[in-house]
Amino acid sequence: MTEQRRPHILITGAAGALAQQVINQLRDTCDLVAVDFREQVYLGDDIPSYCIDFNKRVFEDLFRRYRFDGVIHMGRIMSSQLTRMRRYNANVLGTQKLLDLSHKYGIKRVVVLSTFHVYGAVAYNPALIDESAPLKSAGLSADLVDSVELENLANIYLWRYPELNITILRPCNIVGPGVRNTISTLLASSRAPVLAGFSPMMQFIHIDDMADAIVLAYKTPTRGVFNVAPQDWVAYQHALKLCGCRRISVPSIPPVLPKFILSTLKLKSFPSYLLAFFKYPVVIDGRAFAREFGFEPRRSLKEIFRFYRENKRPV
Amino acid sequence: MSLASFLKSRLVPAELDDHINRIRKPIGTLGYDPWGYNNEAMKYGLSITKQIYEKYFRVEAHGVEKVPAEGPVLIIANHSGQLPIDGVLVGYALATRKESARIPRAMIERFFPTVPWLGNLLNEVGAVLGDPVNCAKMLANDEAVIVFPEGVRGSGKLYRDRYQLKRFGNGFMHLAMKYKAPIVPVGVVGCEETIPAIANIKPLAKALGIPYAPVALPVVLPAKVHLNFGAPMVFDDLEIPEEQVTERVEKVKAEISRLIDKGLSERKRLF
Repeated sequence: MTEQRRPHILITGAAGALAQQVINQLRDTCDLVAVDFREQVYLGDDIPSYCIDFNKRVFEDLFRRYRFDGVIHMGRIMSSQLTRMRRYNANVLGTQKLLDLSHKYGIKRVVVLSTFHVYGAVAYNPALIDESAPLKSAGLSADLVDSVELENLANIYLWRYPELNITILRPCNIVGPGVRNTISTLLASSRAPVLAGFSPMMQFIHIDDMADAIVLAYKTPTRGVFNVAPQDWVAYQHALKLCGCRRISVPSIPPVLPKFILSTLKLKSFPSYLLAFFKYPVVIDGRAFAREFGFEPRRSLKEIFRFYRENKRPV
Repeated sequence: MSLASFLKSRLVPAELDDHINRIRKPIGTLGYDPWGYNNEAMKYGLSITKQIYEKYFRVEAHGVEKVPAEGPVLIIANHSGQLPIDGVLVGYALATRKESARIPRAMIERFFPTVPWLGNLLNEVGAVLGDPVNCAKMLANDEAVIVFPEGVRGSGKLYRDRYQLKRFGNGFMHLAMKYKAPIVPVGVVGCEETIPAIANIKPLAKALGIPYAPVALPVVLPAKVHLNFGAPMVFDDLEIPEEQVTERVEKVKAEISRLIDKGLSERKRLF
């Protein structure tokens, strides 16, 4: 009797902290191949790791060589990285290439990591936005177009090729040790900008919980689009206070003023295209995911904020 | 003692603090709910409103016990007086009633979330952007929701039109039917006289991006306010044509009109 073949999984965005958590959870039971467009990361001798652009032809060789069963696509370039054009190429065209190859090589499970940013921050957002809400972000900022387009693509493939079993996850703010996104950088800093008079409700998920969610999603073959967020909420300025950040107020009215200030300063930690997310709430409803996949986050907001408070001064 | 706890000890009576802690709200670990309601802010809000409610407007509320003690409920009232004072007073009456008090949520004008400080402040004391999705999700959460179906048509009306109900939207009735929420009609009398406006400068309102720009005295007059809560009205959730929904809305409107007349007849003088 032959031993059952371990599942072969392609993991993109391997240089990120979240991907590495996912890899650590899966490496004992699956054969993993890690790729990242940024750098080649060493993940141990048992995991081949590549620095590769999805749009290059050699990418297809990986599919030929490793005969993947599944793909976990976390290689979305965040809106704070690279130029708009390069991001579009990588996120939209690169994802299309990835999904095309997945279809060609008979992949049976695809998990795509998206973001709650696709809903867009507008004053008229209701709270507890569910998955069927329109994605307003593309109309609000050209810098978020690629995030929405990536989702649209994944959605088209989700319906056109049901055998790919695509699940798209839209998590709230992912934070915790090692996370390098905008919100995590802000919480970790000793001073953080706020828009005077605006403190929108926010949701945070610990990186370990998010890794659990991704692994859980991979293992449960339910197709569809799901928000991932704990059932807990906090106002932005309150969160900063709990993280021990000093708040620096940026004038908020008239609305052109903060936009002008931020686009002049070009702060990496407070980019002007994310401005609206620090003004209006985008509170998503994560209950469908929790129900379908039996997911329950284990790290509380207090624990998350304690980490940031106690790690203000890196050794 | 920190400044915050010192202020709290001076501003929030222990009795009120206790009272609010006893009311169960679906909130997260840091005291917030998805719409931004905050228990601690509510305590300050109610302490300040207490003075306004009892000393300034000397509110007389009748029938507040008719609001069901639990489950989803829509509190429907007439809107008036330029500022949403009527919402605050109706909310306070329900939040401080002796038996099974509830902290209601109020649906507010779409313009408020864009106003710095005020928008957040209103959210913290339970006011929520008046979006049908918000209302639906809150009814599903078993909340008591205050709705003014007249919207800005009601609050922005001029003094000469006082106590004439404007057109009611049908949205609240659809939600009441879908979520099987009883409707408690409320007639508010007195708020019309708090900020009597003689005209509305529409071009100015448009330029400023606000719903209306009333010509009025820059003060809130201390008119005596009467709140009359009616008996809960229950409607079935049958699929019916819009025409019949409108008929049901008219029924609620007629009941509110009756409650307003009751308040007007009870009123001895304006102030």
